[in-house]
Amino acid sequence: MRFAIATSPHVHTGTSVARVMRRVLYALVPGIAAMVWVFGPGVLVQLALASLAALASEALVLALRRKPLGLFLGDCSALVTAWLLALALPALAPWWLVVLGTGFAIVVAKHVYGGLGYNPFNPAMIGYAVLLISFPREMSTWTAPRELLAHTPGFAASLDLIFAGGAVPELDAVSSATPLDTLRTRLDLGYPLGETLAAPIFGVVGGTGWELATLAFLVGGLWLCAKRTADWRIPAGMLGALAVIATVFWLLDPARHAAPWFHLASGAAVYGAFFIATDPVSASTTPRGRLIYGAGVGLLTYVIRIWGGYPDGVAFAVLLMNIAAPTIDHYTPPRVFGARSKDGHD
Amino acid sequence: MPLLNTLARLWRFNGGLHLPGHKHESTARPIELARWPHELVLPLAQHLGAAAKPVVAIGQRVNKGELLAQPEGHVSAALHAPTSGSVAAIEPRPSAHPSGIPTPAIVLEADGRDAWTERLPAPIEDSLKLDPAYLRQRVREAGIVGLGGAAFPSAVKLDPRGAIRLLVLNAAECEPYISCDEMLMRERARAVVGGLLIMRRALGANDCIIGIEDSKPEAFAALSEALAQFGDDAEDVLLQQVPALYPSGGSKQLIRLLTGIEIPRSGHATDAGILCHNVGTAAAVHDAIVEGRPLISRIVTVTGAGVAAPRNFEALIGTPVDALVEQAGGYTDRAERLIIGGPMMGLAIPHGGVPVTKGMQCVLVASRAELAPPEPAMPCIRCGECVSVCPVDLLPQQLYWHARAREFDRAQALHLFDCIECGCCAAVCPSHLPLVQYYRYAKTEVRATERSQQAAEQARSRHQFRLMRLERDKEARAAKLRQRKETLAAEAAASGAPEDPKKAAIAAALARVQAKKAAQQAAAAGKADEPAD
Repeated sequence: MRFAIATSPHVHTGTSVARVMRRVLYALVPGIAAMVWVFGPGVLVQLALASLAALASEALVLALRRKPLGLFLGDCSALVTAWLLALALPALAPWWLVVLGTGFAIVVAKHVYGGLGYNPFNPAMIGYAVLLISFPREMSTWTAPRELLAHTPGFAASLDLIFAGGAVPELDAVSSATPLDTLRTRLDLGYPLGETLAAPIFGVVGGTGWELATLAFLVGGLWLCAKRTADWRIPAGMLGALAVIATVFWLLDPARHAAPWFHLASGAAVYGAFFIATDPVSASTTPRGRLIYGAGVGLLTYVIRIWGGYPDGVAFAVLLMNIAAPTIDHYTPPRVFGARSKDGHD
Repeated sequence: MPLLNTLARLWRFNGGLHLPGHKHESTARPIELARWPHELVLPLAQHLGAAAKPVVAIGQRVNKGELLAQPEGHVSAALHAPTSGSVAAIEPRPSAHPSGIPTPAIVLEADGRDAWTERLPAPIEDSLKLDPAYLRQRVREAGIVGLGGAAFPSAVKLDPRGAIRLLVLNAAECEPYISCDEMLMRERARAVVGGLLIMRRALGANDCIIGIEDSKPEAFAALSEALAQFGDDAEDVLLQQVPALYPSGGSKQLIRLLTGIEIPRSGHATDAGILCHNVGTAAAVHDAIVEGRPLISRIVTVTGAGVAAPRNFEALIGTPVDALVEQAGGYTDRAERLIIGGPMMGLAIPHGGVPVTKGMQCVLVASRAELAPPEPAMPCIRCGECVSVCPVDLLPQQLYWHARAREFDRAQALHLFDCIECGCCAAVCPSHLPLVQYYRYAKTEVRATERSQQAAEQARSRHQFRLMRLERDKEARAAKLRQRKETLAAEAAASGAPEDPKKAAIAAALARVQAKKAAQQAAAAGKADEPAD
């Protein structure tokens, strides 16, 4: 009897890129549910639009690059990029915003650099940064959480607002500045922190409504770490560093600096820590490097929030640390078994 | 340092993989004696080191246990006739190698009598009082090699160049499907422990640890009982369970688990005073010393969904793999791949017409369902799963990038050669990259480059030496000439002659001529005077 030969190992644990990506999508579900509850069904419309745009642009580029369509569309990586970006956008943002951002993320940030596995920057955050710089008004028109509205726009109203632009007063009626934005503006105007935080837009630890979404993303993120799809070191490094630096400034000047728990529970801190910074392709890969990389994202997030030009800084912090990732990897190889020093000498 | 004092606890190594054991398929039946085949093929190089040298002629009749080939050099192993018969041929035959390249082998035609030779060394009852050097000699004569797969000549490893403080007996058998060691321990625990004690005597060591995976409770019980039977003789032998985590049976990993000691990456366990032997080797040593039996058979696991009735065989060395599979009920319809060894590190071969060798632990006939699905390789997404399972703490994905880009110096800087090719990284890679294959390729390329560099270096130094030699000869000739001239000049100066010998000769000749002339003139003058008288 003749047999085909192959090289060892002959067995596989059965994981695949598609499975890894699907896990990320599953882990986003609690967060999505919370976002829909807090900001209305517009979130789902954004997700659907982003998914369609991502799959279409992925298919287009794959066809142009003569790559197997089924294989690479089936890996779900485009969907992950789409969802990560869509969840970072205002729920009632115009349809072209999410389509443009997703298209840019897939075509330029991912495929121009070589496609899956080769992108030096997080594609979703590139898309986000492009939109934030190009369309600051649309990007900062966030829907107010349901707690602060008489009634959150329903599905039909959301579609109308997203596609037809709706009547501007109507949109103005349901939108509000984000808690981080409000805090920043009021501090700049010289209002004391305590008075500002007493406003209804602020909740127990973070922003009203936003707290719930943060908690839901935390649940999904912890599950992702438990499944080892995301390396715990990156969120630990990021949230740890953010907590440390926020604590330092809060202790130094509590009248002008929000408490560390406010920073952790606000904006995209938790979402970014578990879902954005953990994108393995653009992050550091060594165990120690991931801690450092995460810490860098956390520090930069705080720096941008406090001294930068934007209310939240997760996206730029991640992109900046993407640049540093190869260097971090170079200086943080693990100590090889049986070696005395870190650089492998005996 | 009394090591055993520190052994109450277990240490751990990073990485590793919990794999489905698949041992029960082949452990349900007792070890069965494999039928003698009509023809046995005994490759001369079935151990590490130099190939054995045949001492029999074609057509010669031999009895069971008779020497067929003797070790050639220090690191080599003897080969004995597994049964009685006649030497049919000494020629290249296919061996368990993926290329199927034939290697020189002695072909023995069995006569069916299975008659033992009378020239076996005498069995020894009281082996633990013998001289260690004599024990080593007997192990060497018995042709024993490491039966855990590496097939390194055991006598070499029993030579305690550095003082061995601790002998570790590797009973982990961490690779899935393989159960030959487990069945050996269950059925012949006394031989295992007896062999261990002989090895300890040969090494002059005191402390022993038997490391066994906690997935083998029956074997553990059998060993405990055997240790109890040996009583005081088995003092300072610790039987220690280790968690079932592949590759706990790697010698460096096992030593780490049991002692907490990390063997330096460029060193050997012996440098740390530790030696690791396999349980099968221990039993073979026992048989060689206590029964005087050379290594002519071993236990082979025949398993996988591709064979009808998996089990373990006590098979003569040289038995064709096909014959073993046939006795295990034959290949099933599902047989997809023939693997020598386990699924993680085993070697796939094209056909079963190859012989059982001393290092062959397992014949795995895997079905499609048991094998990795033939998924297309995707790009690396740098997820780091490979980093987290690597038992050597390498960065497999970085090694992969560099190997693929043919940046072998970069790969070496990332400790390419520390890779033990355990296969963990490739088994968990979501992109289904054949990582280990890349590392093998890179290692081969580096070794080839080193060889050609060495050759070039040698050629250059030869050439330089030649140039130097020519120059030296030229200088030597010139010096010799100079010296001769100087000697002559010195002689001339010593005899007071004018500076030039030629001129001196001419002057001398002139002087002679003038003297002659003067004499002639004087004579003529004398004659002219006479008449005047």
